[in-house]
Amino acid sequence: MIGKETTAGRAVRVVFLGLWLAFTVFPLYWITITSLKAPGDIFSFPLAYWPEHFSLENYSELFNKADFGTYLTNSLIVATVAGAVATAISMLSAYVLARFEFRTKSALLTAALVTQMIPAFIALGPLYLLMTDLKLVDNRLGLILVYIAVCIPFCTVMLRGFFENIPDALEEAAMIDGLSRFAALFRVLLPVMRPGIVAAFIFNFVNCWNELFLSVTLMNSDANKTTPTALNGFISSFNIDWGSMSAAAVFTILPTMVLFAFASRHIVQGLTSGAVKG
Amino acid sequence: MPATSATTTGPKTSRPVRKQAAPRARNGPRGGRKREFTTRRGLLIAAFMAPAAIFVAVFTYYPMIAGSQMAFRHWDLNDLTDTSWVGLDNFHRVFSDPNWGTVLGNTGAWVIGSIVPQLVIGFALALWLRRRFRFRGVYQALIFFPWAISGFLIGILFRWMFNSEFGVVNDLLQKAGLIDEPVAWLADPHKAMIAVLIANIWYGVTFFTIMILAALQSVPDELYEAAALDGAGKARTLFQITIPYIRVTLVLTVLLRVIWIFNFPDLIFGMTGGGPNNQTHIVTTWMIKITQQGDYGKASALGLLVVAGLLLFTVFFLLATREKREVRS
Repeated sequence: MIGKETTAGRAVRVVFLGLWLAFTVFPLYWITITSLKAPGDIFSFPLAYWPEHFSLENYSELFNKADFGTYLTNSLIVATVAGAVATAISMLSAYVLARFEFRTKSALLTAALVTQMIPAFIALGPLYLLMTDLKLVDNRLGLILVYIAVCIPFCTVMLRGFFENIPDALEEAAMIDGLSRFAALFRVLLPVMRPGIVAAFIFNFVNCWNELFLSVTLMNSDANKTTPTALNGFISSFNIDWGSMSAAAVFTILPTMVLFAFASRHIVQGLTSGAVKG
Repeated sequence: MPATSATTTGPKTSRPVRKQAAPRARNGPRGGRKREFTTRRGLLIAAFMAPAAIFVAVFTYYPMIAGSQMAFRHWDLNDLTDTSWVGLDNFHRVFSDPNWGTVLGNTGAWVIGSIVPQLVIGFALALWLRRRFRFRGVYQALIFFPWAISGFLIGILFRWMFNSEFGVVNDLLQKAGLIDEPVAWLADPHKAMIAVLIANIWYGVTFFTIMILAALQSVPDELYEAAALDGAGKARTLFQITIPYIRVTLVLTVLLRVIWIFNFPDLIFGMTGGGPNNQTHIVTTWMIKITQQGDYGKASALGLLVVAGLLLFTVFFLLATREKREVRS
């Protein structure tokens, strides 16, 4: 590593790392504190950085006034199903891309890369028309299908990186012992990759949970809205109800932060190995 | 789709009937007969690739391709009676739109104003994080958190913090004595762009930190030892050893992030909605707005311009940052 650190150097490092951490955490702190103030206290001076009375009124308001429980349920269903199916499908394609050489391989990888360069929302209009033809507008299944397609390319690249980190010898030994290729894949290889697969699922889940434009375009009835769509509804008027908004934001952010805390190490690994090797 | 699956039966050659039926071919590395093996292999590749290929083809590529021909038609959701071919009229309507100049300028400011600070801060954090310290793992997990949040929600968080009356940013600046009275951040186009960039820097630094830190950890210690022996100072070591060594990572990360930020309307959408008065739109937020108005022809024309612009940028960037091929002994 790089020699001894001087005292001055250490002071600079500690100060800057501390400042960045404060800057990173503060917005999250602020939205949480806002959501826990009584609605009247949000708009009163001086601004309280630590409220005198905590109140859950914004939360009860959110669930009574808006149909927030329904939106959360919709988001949960859509993100779980789409994330899981996309992970399973990507596992198959990643396996083939990691373990076989074939003529169309580079074309398929390029096709995956192009979808990352040209995001799905660029074709919102045509997609809406397609889903209208398929009778899948304002339908959770329709949104799930679209999300699966959106998740697959990056998830495939990420999982391919994980497969490539495992030596071929592992399956070959199992196959010489008489297991079929499928059995070797499912009984030997996938168990070894479990952490990577969980990380890929979490990555997909969080992306679907957070997605806005496709869901705004495809879901229009209250019964089918996801949380980002609902939040978007809160701001379409000139008056934003910051009490409900902050409570809804906390509810949307918390699950993803918890999931990321579990998976961040593997996601980082997937990014740095999969993306750099590309 | 792999073409190998099309030829499932080989040429029929007359062979003497074998005495023994071969055991069910174990499809191991050397199992089964040659031809059967390749056929099964082709089928396996096709079967494993099919679900992914079908999903992406139907829900991603088909709408994109269908959309590209919309760019040359009159396609308005509010008037579906006429979808005739109009040539380049949609492009003309984009270029002659009074917002076009503003949108282009904003897009440039958005990309450059996000990338440069993200790269510099991300690099600095990565350098400081190289040294082990007690809570390094916890620290990394904490600065990773912005990543778990959607761009749209980040826009909302900062919209609340930059609120002109009850925003915490004005409150802090007044406490620090930097401003005398509250600033209406999001009501002024220039200040709103600055606010949006601050939010995006908050969000995007982590990606650079992660990528650069991973690359830094691959630099061999011998190089640093040699540099220290030669009496190279910190700055010289950074510019002559560290940066050249991780150049490829830097180039690729910047390229990926430029494309990604260019295509990232969510944050601005949540924070300003393109306002005030359409003054903070970037190309993609503007495109979404036009789509929502139902003018699919114009939106598709913009979409094609986005794709063309990104392709040109990618080629140009890769050429400009190409390493002069040196023979390394």
